[in-house]
Amino acid sequence: MNKNKVVNPDLAQNNSAPSKSSKSSGTGSFDKTTLKRLLSYMHPYKAQLIIVTVCILLSALASAASSLFLETLIDDYITPLLGSDSPVFSGLLKALAVLAVIYFVGTLANLMYNRMMVTIAQGTLKTIRDDMFSKMQRLPVSFFDRHTHGEIMSLYTNDTDTLRQMIAQSMSQVISSVFTIVAVFFCMLYISIWLTLVVIVAMFFTLKIAAYVAGKSGSSFVAQQRTLADLDSYVEEMVNGQKVIKVFCHEDKTKEEMRVKNKAWETSAGTANGHANAMMPMMNALGYIQYVIIAVLGAYMAIAGITNLGIFGTNSMTLGMIASFLTLSRNFTNPISQISNQFNSIVTALAGAARIFKFMDEAPETDNGYVTLVNAREENGVITETPEHTGLWAWKHPHGDGTLTYTKLEGRIVFDHVDFSYVPGKTVLHDITLEAEPGQKIALVGATGAGNTTITNLINRFYDLDDGKIRYDGININKIKKADLRRSLGVVLQEVNLFTGTVMENLRYGNENATDEQCRNAAKLANADGFIGMLPNGYNTVLKGDGSGLSQGQRQLISIARAAVSDPPVMILDEATSSIDTRTEALVQGGMDRLMSGRTTFVIAHRLSTVQNSDIIMVMDHGSIIERGDHAALIAKKGTYYQLYTGAFELE
Amino acid sequence: MIRTLFKSLCEHKKGSITTVILSIIEVVFEIIIPLCMSDLIDFGINEGSMSEVWKYGIVLLIFAVLELITGVLSAHVAARCSAGFAANLRQDMYDNVQTFAFSNIDRFSTSSIVTRLTTDVTNIQNAWQMLIRMAVRGPVMMIFSIIVSFSISKDISLIFLIAIPVLAVGLFLVVRGVNPIFKRVFKTYDELNNVVQENVKGIRVVKTFNQQDHEITKFNGISKRIFTDFAKGERLIAFNSPLMQACMYACMLLISWLGAKAIVASGNNAALGLTTGELTALITYAMQILTSLMMLSMVFAMITISASSMSRVAELLDETTDIRNPEDPVMEVKNGNICFDHVDFTYASTSDKKVLDDIHLTIRSGETVGIIGGTGSSKSSLVQLIPRLYDVTEGALSVGGVDVRKYDLEALRGAVAMVLQKNELFSGTIKENLCWGNENATDDEIKEACRLACADEFINTLPDGYDTHIDQGGTNVSGGQKQRLCIARALLRKPKILILDDSTSAVDTKTDAVIQKSFAEFIPDTTKIIIAQRISSIAHAGIIVVMDGGRIQAVGTHDELLKSSDIYREVFESQQKGSADNE
Repeated sequence: MNKNKVVNPDLAQNNSAPSKSSKSSGTGSFDKTTLKRLLSYMHPYKAQLIIVTVCILLSALASAASSLFLETLIDDYITPLLGSDSPVFSGLLKALAVLAVIYFVGTLANLMYNRMMVTIAQGTLKTIRDDMFSKMQRLPVSFFDRHTHGEIMSLYTNDTDTLRQMIAQSMSQVISSVFTIVAVFFCMLYISIWLTLVVIVAMFFTLKIAAYVAGKSGSSFVAQQRTLADLDSYVEEMVNGQKVIKVFCHEDKTKEEMRVKNKAWETSAGTANGHANAMMPMMNALGYIQYVIIAVLGAYMAIAGITNLGIFGTNSMTLGMIASFLTLSRNFTNPISQISNQFNSIVTALAGAARIFKFMDEAPETDNGYVTLVNAREENGVITETPEHTGLWAWKHPHGDGTLTYTKLEGRIVFDHVDFSYVPGKTVLHDITLEAEPGQKIALVGATGAGNTTITNLINRFYDLDDGKIRYDGININKIKKADLRRSLGVVLQEVNLFTGTVMENLRYGNENATDEQCRNAAKLANADGFIGMLPNGYNTVLKGDGSGLSQGQRQLISIARAAVSDPPVMILDEATSSIDTRTEALVQGGMDRLMSGRTTFVIAHRLSTVQNSDIIMVMDHGSIIERGDHAALIAKKGTYYQLYTGAFELE
Repeated sequence: MIRTLFKSLCEHKKGSITTVILSIIEVVFEIIIPLCMSDLIDFGINEGSMSEVWKYGIVLLIFAVLELITGVLSAHVAARCSAGFAANLRQDMYDNVQTFAFSNIDRFSTSSIVTRLTTDVTNIQNAWQMLIRMAVRGPVMMIFSIIVSFSISKDISLIFLIAIPVLAVGLFLVVRGVNPIFKRVFKTYDELNNVVQENVKGIRVVKTFNQQDHEITKFNGISKRIFTDFAKGERLIAFNSPLMQACMYACMLLISWLGAKAIVASGNNAALGLTTGELTALITYAMQILTSLMMLSMVFAMITISASSMSRVAELLDETTDIRNPEDPVMEVKNGNICFDHVDFTYASTSDKKVLDDIHLTIRSGETVGIIGGTGSSKSSLVQLIPRLYDVTEGALSVGGVDVRKYDLEALRGAVAMVLQKNELFSGTIKENLCWGNENATDDEIKEACRLACADEFINTLPDGYDTHIDQGGTNVSGGQKQRLCIARALLRKPKILILDDSTSAVDTKTDAVIQKSFAEFIPDTTKIIIAQRISSIAHAGIIVVMDGGRIQAVGTHDELLKSSDIYREVFESQQKGSADNE
C-alpha cells in the first residue's frame, strides 16, 4: 500500500495541475516571517545590496532633479530673458551642464544597480534551489509517500519561478519606487504644501479604488486557477489514456467534455485577466483626473494670488511652479501605481516562498548510527581495518568505553518481534520474527499490502520500527550509519527507475569505481548484454525519460545488472522479475542464482516459480507471518501456500 | 506556422481587432491630453483667465474619463479574446489529437502532447494579449507623438530623429544578444526539472545506492549553468533601462536648450513660436516616444520567447492522422473471421526493422486463439493491427472477409473489443467506466458483463458497489481488479472479436480459468484472441500461435506444440517444473 504513490506516474508527468491551484492561496496578506527568511538568503550579498541601494537612491535623485529642473528652467532662465533684446544664455548653459552631470551619474547608477541586482537575484535563487535539492536528498522516504510528485515538482518550477520574478523584477522596482516616492514627496512639499495635500487626498481615493479592483481580480484569479487545474488534470488523464479512447471510439464524448471544461476556463480566465489588465489604464486615468484638479487649483491660486506655503516658507505661486508641480505629481503617482501592480506578484511569490521554506523545514531523515563499514583484512582470526579494497568488509563498532571492535560482515539478518505502522495506529507488521543466515535465500509471499515489501523497507531503514529490533550480524541496525547499512544491501524493485545518462552510467550507479569490464559482466549475468548490444550505441546509448525506449522487462534486467555491479553481501529482490516473461526469466535464472550465491537474499514474488528453491518461504497475511518453511514442507502442510501453489487462491 | 495558429482565432478575430482599435483610441487620448494641458497653461494660467482654466480643465476631465472607459474596455476585451483564442487553440489541438492514430500518438509522446495543451497554450495566450494591446499601440503612439511634436516645433523635434534610431539600435542589439542565451536557459531548465523528477520518482534507488551526494553534485552543476546563463542574459537586459534613460535625458537637455532659446525668441507668444506650455508638452512627448520604443522591444522579446511554444502548437495542429476513414466505408462487420495475408509491419516508415515479418494466419469466427512468445516477440503489434490501430506495411488483413482498411473505423472498432496491455481506468464511478464500452448499457447488462469477467464478486464487496469512485489511473483498485474491470468494459461492447493483450496477468490462475470458461460458454460466437505469459491461460485454446522475433514460429494445439515447438515446450517446462514434482 505504501507503494501506491511511488508507482503513480501520472502525477509526475504534469506538475502544473496541483501547483497552480495552490498558487491561488497567494491572495492573502503579507507574510513577514517568510520575507525575513527570504532576505536572510541575500545575506551574502550585503555589500552589493548596500551599493545597489545607494545607486537606486542616486538614480531616483537624478530623476527627481529632472522634474524639478523644469521649474528652474522656465522661471530662472526663460522668463527673465523674455523681452530682453540681447538675451545671454551662458547661465542656462551652465545649469544644463550641471544637470548633464547629474543625469550622467543617475544613468550610470541605474546601470550599476540593474546589473548587480541580476547577480543578487540569480545567486539567491541558485542557493535556494541547491538548498532545496540537498534538503530533498535528506528527507525520509515517508515524505515522498505523503506528497505527490506534482507537489514536489511544483516547488522547483512554479514556486521558484514566481520567486525569481519577485526578486529579479519586483524588488528593485519597489525599492526604487519607494525612493522616488519619498524624494518626489519632499520636492512637492518644497513647492507647495497645499497642493501636496491635494495630491495625498487624491492618492487616497485612487488607492481605495485600486484595492477594490485588486480584490475583485483576486477572487476571479482563484476561479481561474481552479478551472485551469481542473482542465489540466483532465487533459493529462485523457491524453494518458488516449489509446483507450481510440479503442472504445470515445473521441466525440471526450471532445465534448473537453469543450465544457475549456469554456469554463475561458470565461474565468477572461474575467481575471480583464481585471488585471484594467488596473494600469485605470491608474493612468485617475492620475489624469488628479492632474486636472491640481492644474485648476494651482491656476486658481496663481491667478487669485493666494499666498502659497512651501516647506521653506511662504511665497507666491508662479507659472513655472505649477508646471513643475504637475510633472512631480505624475512622478508621484507612477511609482505608486507600479507598486500596486507589483503587489499581487509579491504576495504570490511570498506564498511560493512559504511553501519552499515549509519544505526545507521538513524533518530530515535522522541518522544516529555510529557503526561504520570498513575494508578489512583477516589474519589468524583477527580482523584489522585496511584502507584498500580487499573484498572483505567489517563493521567498525566504537563502544561507550572507548574501545573499538570489528565484526566481519556476513549478512546475518534477524528480526526480533518487530511491529511497524506507516500511520500511527494502523499496524502493518505484527510481531515479525525471522532469522536469515548468511547465504540463505528467504522468500516472502503474500498479497500486495500483506507487508512483504514493508519488511524489506525496514531492513534498509527507509522507515523506523515501532517496536522490536532488527540485527545485522548481531548489531542493531539503528546503530549502523544509514549510508553504510545501505551500501551493504542491494535492492532491485519492481518499479525500475533509471536515470538520464548512458546505459553504462546507469549500470555504474551503485558503484562508481566499477570498470567497464565489471559492468559488462554484470549485464551478462543478468542476461541484459544481448539487448544492450542491439541498442544504437550499445553501452553508450543515452537513456532518456526513465529509459522509456526500453520495455519494462528490459528495464528490470538493467536494474538487476545495476545491483550486481554494486556487489552487496545482502540482496533484496522485490518483484524484480515480474515483467520478464517466464522464458526469459528461466534464462536469467542462472545468472540470478549466481548473483544470489553466497549472499543473503530476500525475494518477494507473486510468481511462485521464482521462490520455490528458497531456503525459507514465509507466507504473509495482513502483516503477520502465517506459514514458514521450505517449499516441500509447506506443500506437505497443505495450508495457504499449498492453496496458492495449486491456484486455489488469489494473490493481488 | 502563423497561419495555422490564426485558424483557431475564429470568433475572437472581432475582439482582437476591437482591442487594437480601442488601444489606438487610447493612444489618441494619451496624445491629446498633454496638448490640452499645455493649452491650459498657455491660455488659462498665462492669460490669468479662470474661465479658460475651467474650460480646458473640463475638456481634460472628459478626455480622462473617455480614456478610462476605452482603457478598461480594451483591457477586458483583450483578456477575453486572448483567453478565447487560447481556448480555441487548445480545443482544436485536442480535437486533432482525437483523430490521431496510435502511430501519431507514439510520435509525439504523451507528455509532449500534455505540455502543448497546457503550458504552451498559456504562453501563447499571454503573448497574444500583449501583442494586441501593445504591438499596435507602441508604433501608433510613437507616430502620433512625433507628428504632434513636429507640429509644435519642427526644429526641436529633429532631436527625435537622432534619439529614436540610437535607442532602437541599442534595444535591438540587446534583444538579439539575449535571445540565444535564453533559449539555452530554457533547455537547461528542462534538464533541471528532469533531474528533479527522476530523483523524486527514484528516491528509493538514490538512497539505496547512497548516491545522494552524486545527485546533489549533478544538480548543482545544472543549477550553476542556469545561474551563469541567466545572469549573463539578464545583465545584458539590464542595459535596457539605462539606455532608455540616457536617451531620454539627452533629449530633455537638448529640448531645454533649444526650447529656451525658441521661447525667448518668440517672447512666449504662441502666435510667434514656442511657449513654455508647449515646452512642457514636448518633454512629455519625448518620454512617450521613448517609452513606446521600450514597449516594442518588450513585445519583440515576448514574441521570441513564445515562438517556440507557437511552433510546438502549430506542429500538433498540422499533424494529420495516419489512419483515416475510407470513402464509402463498409458499415458492418459480418462475423469474426480474421485473415492475415502475408503481413509485414514496421512502426515507422523510415525504419526498415520489421516488427512483423510475413504473418500468414487464418482465424475462424468463434475460435479461441492463444498467442504466446517472449518479450519483444511482437505479440501486441500483431493484435493491434486487427482493429486497425496501426496499418499493415505489406500484405493485407481482413476481418469478416473484408479488408480492414475498407471499414468505417467506428464500425470496425465497435466490433473488435480490445483490452490493452497498458490499460487505463478513468476517474469516475465503476459504472461510468464500464459504460465506456456501451453508453446505453442497462444495469443488468453491466452486471452480466462483470459476472463474465469475474468482477462482480469484488464490486459487491465495495461499500458503494457499482457507484464506487475510481481514482485517476485506477490507483485505488488492485492490478487484478483493474484488469477484470477492463475486461468487463470490453465485453459490454458485445464484440465480434475480443482481444485480451496480457490482460489476466495479475489475476490468479483459478479466476483466470473461470473467466476463460465463461467466455466459451456465454460468448461462443465471439472470436477470442488471448495473449498471455502463462501457459495455463491459453492451453485450452483451439489454436495457439507461438511468436518469436516478429515471426510465427509455430501454430497448433497445446499437445501438438509440446511436440513440435521447442520454444513452447521450454516455456511450458519453466512454468511447470515445481508443480509436476509435487502433484
